[in-house]
Amino acid sequence: MGFTKNKAGVDTPLRTELAKKGVVWTTLDFLYNWGRRSSIWPMQFGLACCAFEMIAAACARYDIARFGAELFRASPRQADLMIISGTVTKKMAPQVVRLYNQMPEPKYALTMGACAISGGPFIDGYNVLRGIDRYIPVDVHLPGCPPRPEALLHGLMELQKKIASQEIQKTAWYQKGLKREFPIPEFGPNGLIPKFNPEVWQPSKENPRREHYGQTILVGKKLKAPDLELAAAPQPAAPGAAA
Amino acid sequence: MKETFNFKNAGNAETLEINFGPQHPSTHGVFRMVVQLNGEKICGLKPVFGYLHRNHEQIAENLPYAAMMPYTDRLDYVNALANNFGYALAIEKLAGLEVPERAEYIRVMMAELARVVNHITVIGFMLNDLGAFFTPLLYAFRERERILDLFEEITGSRLMCNYLRPGGVKRDLTDAHLAAIRAIVTKFPAFLKEFEALLTKNEILCMRCQNIGILPVDAATNAGITGPVLRASGVNYDIRKVDAYSIYNRFDFKIPLGQKGDAYDRYYVRVLEIRESLKILEQALAKIPQGDIVNKKAFPLLKMPRNFKPPVGEAYARIESPKGELGYYLVSDGTPQPWRYHVRAPSLINLTLLEEMCLGQKIADAIIILGSIDIVLGETDR
Amino acid sequence: MTFSIEEVKKELAVRMPDIKLRTIRDSLLIENPENLPRVAVFLKENPAFLLDYLSSVTGADYLNYLESIYHFYSMAKKHGPLVLRVRVPKHSATVPTLVPIYRSAELQEREAYDTFGIVYEGHPDLRRLFMWEGFEGYPLRKDYAQEDSETLETADVSWLEARGVTVPAEMKQKAQELRDSGERALAQKPLKPRN
Repeated sequence: MGFTKNKAGVDTPLRTELAKKGVVWTTLDFLYNWGRRSSIWPMQFGLACCAFEMIAAACARYDIARFGAELFRASPRQADLMIISGTVTKKMAPQVVRLYNQMPEPKYALTMGACAISGGPFIDGYNVLRGIDRYIPVDVHLPGCPPRPEALLHGLMELQKKIASQEIQKTAWYQKGLKREFPIPEFGPNGLIPKFNPEVWQPSKENPRREHYGQTILVGKKLKAPDLELAAAPQPAAPGAAA
Repeated sequence: MKETFNFKNAGNAETLEINFGPQHPSTHGVFRMVVQLNGEKICGLKPVFGYLHRNHEQIAENLPYAAMMPYTDRLDYVNALANNFGYALAIEKLAGLEVPERAEYIRVMMAELARVVNHITVIGFMLNDLGAFFTPLLYAFRERERILDLFEEITGSRLMCNYLRPGGVKRDLTDAHLAAIRAIVTKFPAFLKEFEALLTKNEILCMRCQNIGILPVDAATNAGITGPVLRASGVNYDIRKVDAYSIYNRFDFKIPLGQKGDAYDRYYVRVLEIRESLKILEQALAKIPQGDIVNKKAFPLLKMPRNFKPPVGEAYARIESPKGELGYYLVSDGTPQPWRYHVRAPSLINLTLLEEMCLGQKIADAIIILGSIDIVLGETDR
Repeated sequence: MTFSIEEVKKELAVRMPDIKLRTIRDSLLIENPENLPRVAVFLKENPAFLLDYLSSVTGADYLNYLESIYHFYSMAKKHGPLVLRVRVPKHSATVPTLVPIYRSAELQEREAYDTFGIVYEGHPDLRRLFMWEGFEGYPLRKDYAQEDSETLETADVSWLEARGVTVPAEMKQKAQELRDSGERALAQKPLKPRN
């Protein structure tokens, strides 16, 4: 990821020289971002398997506290970062969007694992949302099934880089007319309404999955049911008998 | 859409309905319950499922048999290996496959290690629910990481092991692996002793857990409750003994039983089960023979082919997963994909009596009762 | 297993001669689903079987009919399983419930109702278990048509526009076309499963 670095305005040799004299020369941006990125409070919000790796990252061995993100808050009102750790189902998606809306600005979202990014292995399911980025903007995508705790730490560091690259004057949440309340999808008869929010996400023009397999989902039609009675004759004791 | 919960005394002015979850720190994932309260006492409780319904069964019906194995890891993601075990047994029953001796020993060893991991995690989380915020969990996870390291070395993955194969296992254990397992078996009792010194006679734990969420024997059997929850009520029913699947009849181990069936018994039965699992591991380490790890007659390429076609038929295989009876029901129509695939999930069925166990208790106790039942949402909702 | 399926069949034929049974592999098919609770009570209380534990209840779709499958075990005598199955037509899939006899059927029957649409008559609280109320169709039936999640429909477009979200003209046009042709946006399925 290419983030532009903040320019302090004073060149580095002079700044180090001043620092030796006890004069710290920095920008407000740097100070502000340093504070924000060093104490990210994630939301305590486990969805599925990846939540266990998230907990493991919080425990002693991987120790996410080294990066200042150990304070998992159960309330969205106190959280800066939403780690979407696991499969977002269609039944859960409205809650995830609502929780994201309830978080105060500045807020960030990190998808952990293939399921939260795109549906992952469960993409064909009727109740599986194909990626939470259909409804809310995501800052860091973290692939893996599940990603290791180290990967979560790496994702957190990427997020810190992103935070460090932001400037107060240009950040969205200090601008007028900020639109960060995302409409919460509703349950419909076949799935969620709407299927995605076109302001946040749009399907890509080429669909590699369809090109590769020839169809959108891999569900095949079966037209003949097995007849357990008929097939019983050649194989009398195959199923069930051995306990 | 307005949701309706058929509470018995709905509309009573003194009661209050509150909603727990799906985002709640103590519901172990995305479990949701709607609780009807009178003051602090629970007078009604309705669980709501489906927030992690990942269509496991639908996906299985469109995948080859071998491709479903990694999905079973994601059912109960705390002990992936036990899930593999059940699924492998179901396919073996369906296709009439035999498993080599060494593979059986490896399977049992891995399943018992998974049981240790599961129980230690559950105890940690249950104490977390009690209010011992994170400290017991940190101890538990420290030991868990040791076993996960071993899993990673053997299977290639920490959490989602995908290690068992129909007719055998994926990779052989080397002597170094066996030595590592032996090291865990010898060191674990010391940790358990430390853990128990911290907890078992802890006054706070006793006061919060004893006589909470009592599960009577009759109700438990009738509601199909299995696993440590059932055994804590005093019913001697362990599928490892009853069915003696795989080679469990060759090991000498006891089945710990509770007396009262309260949350404390469920905690203590799990501690004792860890000890029994270690005993099984010890015996398996002593007896493990040399030999094949995959049924070479059925699979000359040492793995299940993608288009493996079991004969038309049905099979139901069940194992004693750390949560209870984990059953796999498979119907084959002679094609590479199963016609019907069903998982009998212990986490779901053990919740049948959650309301009865919580009635009349305080709201804070409902959290402990839920924690002591030990659910994993991946399995509950599938 | 300390009893055979034939023993059960014989015993049932003696006690309840009006119930028609058929052996399918290792299971017993009860021809008339109405008789299921009577058979279950008999098996639960007969001292020879004492099948006090209903392990699994599930449904299956066999294209022409739906099946409800029960796996019984005995905790008291530690034997089993006994597999019972009933068949019901798809258009009127009603099976009497086993909840008054076995509590363990409660959630599992709700699951089978949710995924296959088998209505368990007499169930105290028959709601969808996993999907929400208002979800249409039974997703594990073989003829379930899954929505295409990449194409917006008119319902989505009007919902989005009511909330002030601008929908690209292209998507709007496609949704209108779909509506005019009277079709839903369905996921494309291959005609045959992969081999």
